Amino acid sequence: MSELNKLTIADARDALRKGDVTSVELTEACLTAIDAADALGAFVHKTPQIAMERASAADARIKAGDAPDMCGVPVGIKDLFCTEGVASQAASRILEGFKPEYESTVSGKLKDDGAVMLGKLNMDEFAMGSSNETSVYGNAINPWRAGNGETELTPGGSSGGSASAVSADLCLAATGTDTGGSIRQPAAFTGIVGLKPTYGRCSRWGIVAFASSLDQAGPMTKTVRDAAIMGRAMMGHDAKDSTSADLAVPDFEAMLTGDIKGKVIGIPKEYRMDGMPEEIETLWSDGAAMLKDAGAELRDISLPHTKYALPAYYVVAPAEASSNLARYDGVRFGHRAQMAAGDGITEMYEKTRAEGFGPEVRRRVMIGTYVLSAGFYDAYYNRARKVRALIKKDFEDVFAAGIDQILTPATPSAAFELGKEVSDPVEMYLNDVFTVTVNLAGLPGIALPTGVNADGLPLGLQLIGRPWEEGDLLNTAYALEEAAGFVAKPAKWW
Amino acid sequence: MSIDTATAARVAKLARIKVEKEDLPALAEEFNAILGFIEQLGELDVDDVEPMTSVTPMRLPRRVDEITDGNQQEKVLANAPDAREGFFAVPKVVE
Amino acid sequence: MLDLTYETPKVKTIAGAKQDWELVIGMEVHAQVSSNSKLFSGASTTFGAEPNSNVAFVDAGMPGMLPVINEFCVEQAVRTGLGLKAEINLFSAFDRKNYFYPDLPQGYQISQLYHPIVGEGEVLVEMGDGTARLVRIERIHLEQDAGKSIHDMDPHMSFVDLNRTGVALMEIVSRPDIRGPEEAAAYVVKLRQILRYLGTCDGNMQNGNLRADVNVSICQPGAYERYRETGDFGHLGTRCEIKNMNSMRFIQAAIDVEAKRQIKIVEGGGAVDQETRLYDPDKNETRSMRSKEEAHDYRYFPCPDLLPLNIEQDWVDGIAENLPELPDAKKARFISEFGLSDYDASVLTAETRDAEFFEAVVGGAGDGKLAANWVINELFGRLKKDDASIKDSPISPARLAQIIKLIKADTISGKIAKDVFEIAYTQDRDPDEIVETEGMKQVTDTGAIEAAVNEIIAANPAQVEKAKANPKLAGWFVGQVMKATGGKANPKAVNELVAKKLAD
Repeated sequence: MSELNKLTIADARDALRKGDVTSVELTEACLTAIDAADALGAFVHKTPQIAMERASAADARIKAGDAPDMCGVPVGIKDLFCTEGVASQAASRILEGFKPEYESTVSGKLKDDGAVMLGKLNMDEFAMGSSNETSVYGNAINPWRAGNGETELTPGGSSGGSASAVSADLCLAATGTDTGGSIRQPAAFTGIVGLKPTYGRCSRWGIVAFASSLDQAGPMTKTVRDAAIMGRAMMGHDAKDSTSADLAVPDFEAMLTGDIKGKVIGIPKEYRMDGMPEEIETLWSDGAAMLKDAGAELRDISLPHTKYALPAYYVVAPAEASSNLARYDGVRFGHRAQMAAGDGITEMYEKTRAEGFGPEVRRRVMIGTYVLSAGFYDAYYNRARKVRALIKKDFEDVFAAGIDQILTPATPSAAFELGKEVSDPVEMYLNDVFTVTVNLAGLPGIALPTGVNADGLPLGLQLIGRPWEEGDLLNTAYALEEAAGFVAKPAKWW
Repeated sequence: MSIDTATAARVAKLARIKVEKEDLPALAEEFNAILGFIEQLGELDVDDVEPMTSVTPMRLPRRVDEITDGNQQEKVLANAPDAREGFFAVPKVVE
Repeated sequence: MLDLTYETPKVKTIAGAKQDWELVIGMEVHAQVSSNSKLFSGASTTFGAEPNSNVAFVDAGMPGMLPVINEFCVEQAVRTGLGLKAEINLFSAFDRKNYFYPDLPQGYQISQLYHPIVGEGEVLVEMGDGTARLVRIERIHLEQDAGKSIHDMDPHMSFVDLNRTGVALMEIVSRPDIRGPEEAAAYVVKLRQILRYLGTCDGNMQNGNLRADVNVSICQPGAYERYRETGDFGHLGTRCEIKNMNSMRFIQAAIDVEAKRQIKIVEGGGAVDQETRLYDPDKNETRSMRSKEEAHDYRYFPCPDLLPLNIEQDWVDGIAENLPELPDAKKARFISEFGLSDYDASVLTAETRDAEFFEAVVGGAGDGKLAANWVINELFGRLKKDDASIKDSPISPARLAQIIKLIKADTISGKIAKDVFEIAYTQDRDPDEIVETEGMKQVTDTGAIEAAVNEIIAANPAQVEKAKANPKLAGWFVGQVMKATGGKANPKAVNELVAKKLAD
């Protein structure tokens, strides 16, 4: 078999089980591809030795029979996940040298299933960003280029390294995390599938926290089927996370029938933003038509509090981050600044945190500090929590009225040029406009590629599902994927 | 609401992030841009709205009172920038 | 149950240079929950372990670590609330209190600001002189303890030990109803007693398992009453909070010296700054803890790692049903059931073990007052001499009851009983056997006593004459007879016979 790194999880699994290929071969193919792709800036800590050990172990397990689906599948892990004995830095200088003594629940579940970790993937620092430009490791680069141009594009963020790696076939799949769109937006920018499960589906234990009430891990894969397979492996109740849902995880792959006859798909009018590029308009209406052709019913719906989602997000996320990031103080792990004569503990904190955090993280931590400071709690954070309740109720109302899934664009544009938006934080925040409502309401959402723009860049649509009904959501996504028949791949330039 | 440099300095201090004096005006301006953006929340009447606490109703899970963790001094100190005699060492704290 | 009634104690005033001032004191008592593991982690709460050994990764604030609550700690907070006759909130929630300190690894303490688990209650604080103050409790909330910073091991560095980090505390917040240093100490004593009865906190102040922040302000006479009428704190002075007091003696001294400091400021035309202060027992002064420009702003917000804590009324009812008899009730019962004095009842109910011992003695002896005397005067006195506590008592309640029964049956006199007690106490022997073996039985045979009386009277004619003139001197003969019989003669019989013979 040639170019094993281009396989999907499903194909790899079947080939492994048939004995057509070994995990060692798959892993070697990926490691070779990774070594040839440093220009993408996707893998920031490579772990070839661990990978080969796990691949051999997986082969033995597969041979013995009864191996889980993910057994022997080479994957990349976002740097936000703590991986035992392996650098886990959240792409921040402040965690320089940090090697956790523990393994996050989600990466641990994948490991237990026999998945092969190839290394750690680039991301925005502490997952704060939409372009992977805030990483201490430098930018991750989108394997896609516009037309015949040589301009470097963003893979999106914060899971930019994951998106870039999967899109460029450096690994079969990768983990991501999504706080405001950090799985779905990069997936859309790189022509892959990204699933953000219902809040509480994936344990947050061992994942460096950004905004605890919004953070959720999920799979980033080449196909919807792969998202079903890997998603199932990542999800499940964890007693170590008090917000983890004690619910059974169904066999999502078995639910992929492609039959969506009678499903009611909501098209929310508030997502038709002023000045939305025509290519996005077209993508959206084409997607709706495909679902209709597949037997679904389309219905116009209203989610009236949509416009307040981004402002609420930019209160809740920085506020929680300001508190979650207080532990990076140079005392117990990570970077500690050089002290000058006469410096005390306060100077140590201030210098360590000024040096250790990049500008965007510093900005958000300070904004969060401000909105929580004396006298502002009710005006900002508590108000934002209530607005979340209104946004959630918008969704509950339409689901109660019979809507099964909601179709929206995933992003307001195709991947943009690196360096283009970095100067204006508010402009950058607008990237999350279609995705952030889903985090605020805790719902599952999936982005999948359904077309390309005039420059040949991939564009994605988002489907939003009912809480805990990832299976149904994946099935609708599967039907849309079938209908769209997206097969484009980036031309290799790296 | 407009943030001046004094407020920006106070916030930086609270967040324990050193900001040079000459950088404060730019910081205050950034704060203002972002706050201007989130100010819209004030348009909504949320008086009778209960804040959101979870996606679907869930009971806070509880642990039984058993010793299941600890006894790992070495691991706890493994990543410390400065550990001595079993302690984390930090520049002198003056109370 | 009998409710005891008390007068309200007189408010102590402190004389300034210009006028008398009154004190207003509120307290925040931090009581460590008597749990095996921490509030949000499975690490041990044992005191005195190697540094950083009782530490889970979540206690050390490691990235990605999450808290899971210990149900036992929740139960103890509810128990404590019920013991303080407080309202139990079926809905409560945890908030983060954000500040930077090396022994606060997460950079925040998980506490309960907006929705505490326990609401308003009360504590009756007896002053021992027949007066008592009813102190209102505002709230009790659960929170994490911080770690320990050690500043004296190195000239340039502070050392941090996280063993204590995350241990569960109940913060018991009183209203400003305490009116003097003695009342403040008595309040802590009473609270500690209740907690120990409930078993929710061991009350060990030396180890810091019970410590108090004391809010002190001064006011003009009459101002406090206006505050109580209106609820308006504006009538009260600006308060200072003296942090982390863990001795009754220091609490009193600190309040006294802090009040005097405030009086001096106010009488000098100045204003008291609201601030946190530390008491220095060596210098007997309080000093400001942190510089003023670093005003605290804790940025409380609901901890997003935890859902709200909903508890069920049935569960609370189950805890209420299993509450032990509490000090006030026990004391009232001891007074009504055994006819004890207020003082004796207080002494015997100070600790549950004392009360249990006493009740076991009464059960065997059947005489509450005599049992109280023997437990308080003889047993406690003897234990104190050995620096021992009731749990180490070498004499069992059954044996002490036996001694009392021997007195009541006139088998031995009260005086001999003390000898029997000493032998039983030091030699671990049975009182009945002691009396038998050592021949300590009281002589009640009037014939034998009469012979001894006759002998003494015959041998001392001069004394007889004097005694006949002054019957008060008869006691000398009684003493001689007792001496002659080795103390075993029944004193009542001796008295009667001596009086009779002298009258002949």
